[in-house]
Amino acid sequence: MDGFSPEIWQSLGLTIELASVTTVILLIVGTPLAWWLARSKSLWTEAVATMIALPLVLPPTVLSFYLLALLGPNGPVGLLASLWGGRTLAFTFAGLVVGSVLSALPLVVQPIRNTFAAMGDRPLEIAATLRASPLYAFFTVALPLARPGLLTAAVLGFAHTIGTFGVVLMIGGNIPGRTKVLSAFLFDFVQESRWREASWLAGAMLMFAVAVVLALTLIDKYSRRRST
Amino acid sequence: MRTATPGRIEIALSGSIASFPLDTRFSVPAKGVAAIFGPPGCGKTAVARCIAGLERLPAGFCAIDGEVWQDKTTFRPPHLRPIGYVSQEASLFPHLSVRRNLLYGAPKPKPTPIAFDEVLELLDLAPLLDRSPSHLSGGERQRVAMGRALLSQPRLLVMDEPLGALDSCAKREILPFVERLPEKLALPMIYIGRDMAEIERFADHLVMMERGMVTAAGPLHVLQTDPALPLAASREAAISLDGVVSGYDGRYGLLILRLKGARLLVPAPPLAPGVHQRLRIAACDVSVAREAPRAGSILNVFPARIRACLPLGAAEITLVLALGTGGSGTEILARITRFSFDSLGLKDGVDVFAQLKHVSLLSASEPPLQTIPASTPTADPGDRQATPRRETRSSAREASGIFLSLHSCGATHVT
Repeated sequence: MDGFSPEIWQSLGLTIELASVTTVILLIVGTPLAWWLARSKSLWTEAVATMIALPLVLPPTVLSFYLLALLGPNGPVGLLASLWGGRTLAFTFAGLVVGSVLSALPLVVQPIRNTFAAMGDRPLEIAATLRASPLYAFFTVALPLARPGLLTAAVLGFAHTIGTFGVVLMIGGNIPGRTKVLSAFLFDFVQESRWREASWLAGAMLMFAVAVVLALTLIDKYSRRRST
Repeated sequence: MRTATPGRIEIALSGSIASFPLDTRFSVPAKGVAAIFGPPGCGKTAVARCIAGLERLPAGFCAIDGEVWQDKTTFRPPHLRPIGYVSQEASLFPHLSVRRNLLYGAPKPKPTPIAFDEVLELLDLAPLLDRSPSHLSGGERQRVAMGRALLSQPRLLVMDEPLGALDSCAKREILPFVERLPEKLALPMIYIGRDMAEIERFADHLVMMERGMVTAAGPLHVLQTDPALPLAASREAAISLDGVVSGYDGRYGLLILRLKGARLLVPAPPLAPGVHQRLRIAACDVSVAREAPRAGSILNVFPARIRACLPLGAAEITLVLALGTGGSGTEILARITRFSFDSLGLKDGVDVFAQLKHVSLLSASEPPLQTIPASTPTADPGDRQATPRRETRSSAREASGIFLSLHSCGATHVT
């Protein structure tokens, strides 16, 4: 481990910070979105669901390209940012968060949406007959019942952001200390033929991925046992 | 604009729900138990859901005891209707303990007309309090659902086939609790069922439905003896009545019950005079004679007049009899063979003697001396939820399924 420079620890902190901020935003944005997708009978739901799912099939470079156009100094969001004194979101941490949120959104929305859909109307109807307002029922019945889906979504969103690479390179610009996260570091190690560091880092990230999948399996098993 | 009448439950629904046409109108007293009876798929549940506000028919009217819940301009959402709703599956919240399920709809300020301890005792829930709904039997779950509905302090209890999903054993376990509710709580109740044997035990009013329409509505006993309706002509025909206890013969253990036009002697434990006792007289337990039997073992023999004769199959006839000399009293049913009918020369208007071989007392196991005074405000439980558990399970499975597929997808695209 002594081969690891201080930069890599800085990068680790940055990676975790990015993943945490992204996950929080994903849950705050994704939960109401999933609720609407699961319960609305509007024809718009499928159109919106398609838009959200796009990052799954789109090469990250394509997504990033459009984001750059949007967030850059001449893009609409960049112009908007200039109103509050910012120049651009491209090659910044904030831009990285936007890119990560968009690319992980389908992974977060899908499990939550499925959980809400599988729950059906009944628990909420029963809550309503017990004087629960729709908002109260959402927080006391729908969210607790959706806990397995929310957990799955949070773990997936976090893990996906840790491993994000294409978006980092395109939007983040791989700037040490600001946007250079672990996956980008690994790329650099390989470029520079620093195989020992590369294998340490790759191994650590592999272990992390294994831990995530294991955690998800356990969440699933636990929630099933609770429900029988 | 239609106005609501105090003391009545007035329902008028027309339109269609999921392409099922509904045209249901009835008005029953906002007191006692009104049963809605009909074959499966006749729209009973749709009516219950409309009353609860879970379905909305644009042309609907719903008023409970003078309070309009729905008319042309008003629609109260379900959470603003003081209703207790119990359906076929208990639908308890799987993430809450029994205690927290019970208290979910209970108003926070403490003194409530329907007290927590009272409901615990009434439904025998104390031993279940700290359990999880997933460890309860079907009957227990349904009891918790009823308690939960009662504790939301409803002004109307709607029970939509609360026993429908239970096996006969669980039904036997829970029926006494259901029967006890109207007796103990002064809460109007709408009971939806398709089993007349249940309804006869505690309903006061009956609404009969078929294909989304009301075919008859009125006091239970009146509909049971109405020759124009299928109840009197059915093989299980019976009447149910509330008799008033007027005395007790301690030497022989006979309870004396007064009906209009008759004084019944029934072997039973003693009851306080003045108590109302629900009794059931099956048509097949009543026979008739042209002359007063001089000596016989049947205790309850009363003069009666034939009001109607309904053929039952090829060999039998159901008679509607009005008890009392001149036929001025309570109507009951008698089943006799067509042979006896012809050989005795019976027809409408003939005076006979009705011999009641057997009178069943219902909910007699409950000593009515302990009846809570009528001053206790009403409340009723009614909720059930057994499915969310199952639903959560499937949702977890689906979520994890999607996770695996999406995860591999995401992984491909990240690298």
